[in-house]
Amino acid sequence: MTEKKGWRYCLEVRDLVAGYTGTPALDGITFAIPPGQMVGVIGPNGAGKTTLFKAILGLTPYQRGEILLHEAPALRQRAMMGYLPQLEEVNRDFPVSVADVVMMGRYPRIGWGRRPGPEDFTVMRRALERVDLLDHAQTQIGKLSGGQQQRAFLARVLAQDPHLLLLDEPVSGVDVTTQHAIFALLEELRNNGKTVVVATHDLNCVIERFDQVLCLNRQLVAYGPPREVFREDILGRTYGHHLMIVRVGDRRIVVADEHRHETVKRET
Amino acid sequence: MIEFLVAPFEFGFMQRALLGGVLVAAICALVGTYVVLRGLAFVGDALAHAAFPGVVIAYLLKGNIYLGAMLFALATALGVGVVSRHGRVSHDTAIGILFAGAFALGVLLMSTIQGYTVDLFGFLFGNILGISERDLWLVAFLGGVVVLTITVLYKELLLLSFDPTVAEAMGYPVQAFNHLLLGLIAVTIVISIQAVGIILVVALLVTPSATAYLLTQRFFQMMVLGVVLAALAAVIGLYLSYYLNVASGAAIVLVSTCLFFLTLAGRRLLSPVAFRS
Repeated sequence: MTEKKGWRYCLEVRDLVAGYTGTPALDGITFAIPPGQMVGVIGPNGAGKTTLFKAILGLTPYQRGEILLHEAPALRQRAMMGYLPQLEEVNRDFPVSVADVVMMGRYPRIGWGRRPGPEDFTVMRRALERVDLLDHAQTQIGKLSGGQQQRAFLARVLAQDPHLLLLDEPVSGVDVTTQHAIFALLEELRNNGKTVVVATHDLNCVIERFDQVLCLNRQLVAYGPPREVFREDILGRTYGHHLMIVRVGDRRIVVADEHRHETVKRET
Repeated sequence: MIEFLVAPFEFGFMQRALLGGVLVAAICALVGTYVVLRGLAFVGDALAHAAFPGVVIAYLLKGNIYLGAMLFALATALGVGVVSRHGRVSHDTAIGILFAGAFALGVLLMSTIQGYTVDLFGFLFGNILGISERDLWLVAFLGGVVVLTITVLYKELLLLSFDPTVAEAMGYPVQAFNHLLLGLIAVTIVISIQAVGIILVVALLVTPSATAYLLTQRFFQMMVLGVVLAALAAVIGLYLSYYLNVASGAAIVLVSTCLFFLTLAGRRLLSPVAFRS
């Protein structure tokens, strides 16, 4: 599963302007991610995190800019990108098992008009194993809990075996144990050379686990390692007037907006 | 008892009706699996109605009524996309405008035919007993095309029906698949017109598949079960039609409806808690 080395960048986004008519949701975004990195995308609601993912995946049109995957247009290599939407808008009563859903990740590799082979079943079972859902393989997808469903959809991404993973708030609304399991899995993928991009509200987690942070607020506010990026002024510009810093002893808690309290880092 | 079951099929027209009815019902249930899971019942009903002016025009020009029906159903499917994209109205509204308009055109044209509209009423309400050998071959051929398409694109259609967003992210041409599905529905409607008629065809598209949906949690099983239930409804409906001397299309549809409600009631009785909400 280890990536072929040699690409300077896995993903390059140049001067991206995206979103529907009127004020663009994303305005002149430029960044490049080398292979084997785990990148956190942070920003307030409406900052354009989901739009960025959708533009990369070709799910939303963009007015200007260039998106490259391994130095070629990303749109022509969509099977190489794995996507976990923020909210899976699927019919939970759809008559498919967890195994069926995970197998769907194999479809681009299996190819048109062909059936899954023994290797695909092996990969599918291995993906289920990695998210600890092998016992639920034959369960109808809607019968799983929210956290289990999220893991099942993550397993579909694993089965797809993409070079780039785009995960839109994979741990929101998921219990703490599952959160840790998911991040441990993402780190393992990163160590195997995958490039993992995660939109998240959990700033505490970003500083502890991620290699790079991309601060987004319609424009690219900052991009770099968490130690460099997590400064009051940068976070202030990222979260705008919604940001408040509350001191509790020697800790600082950043309140990103009215509803979300996020621990950022311990000040020394 | 044997005599009771065999007697109707001593007639050639009843044999053709049995074969035609079972074939049509089975193909409807196959396509109906997608119609039910993607919530396309209204679209199916609309395409059926929109086919009517095609039938009338073909009748007036002494052309092939199946071809006429197909052209109008497909044109309406395309028209819905155009109107909802450029007309600032929802998809739903666009369907309502176009199918009612097309159906009205059919009724208007029919009213110009002096006195003799019995055949055309047959297309509205179906008459499986009148199916000819030529019709049967057409049903078999078009049905074969539908079955082949679904067999070849089985997993792609499954993914597209379950999770279109992720399918598109993977690079599948979602728009083209949506059009393909509309095309499959249109073909299915066209071959069902003789059996159950334009007004009742939506029942064959959704009812057996919906019954199957109540009974299983696997896609393939739902398809197979839908086909079996549809075929069963066709056979029972034909017997009813023969012995009670009632309209065949309506009888098939009503048997199908009864099977649905029996299943619904059975599920409620057997597992009141685990009932699918």
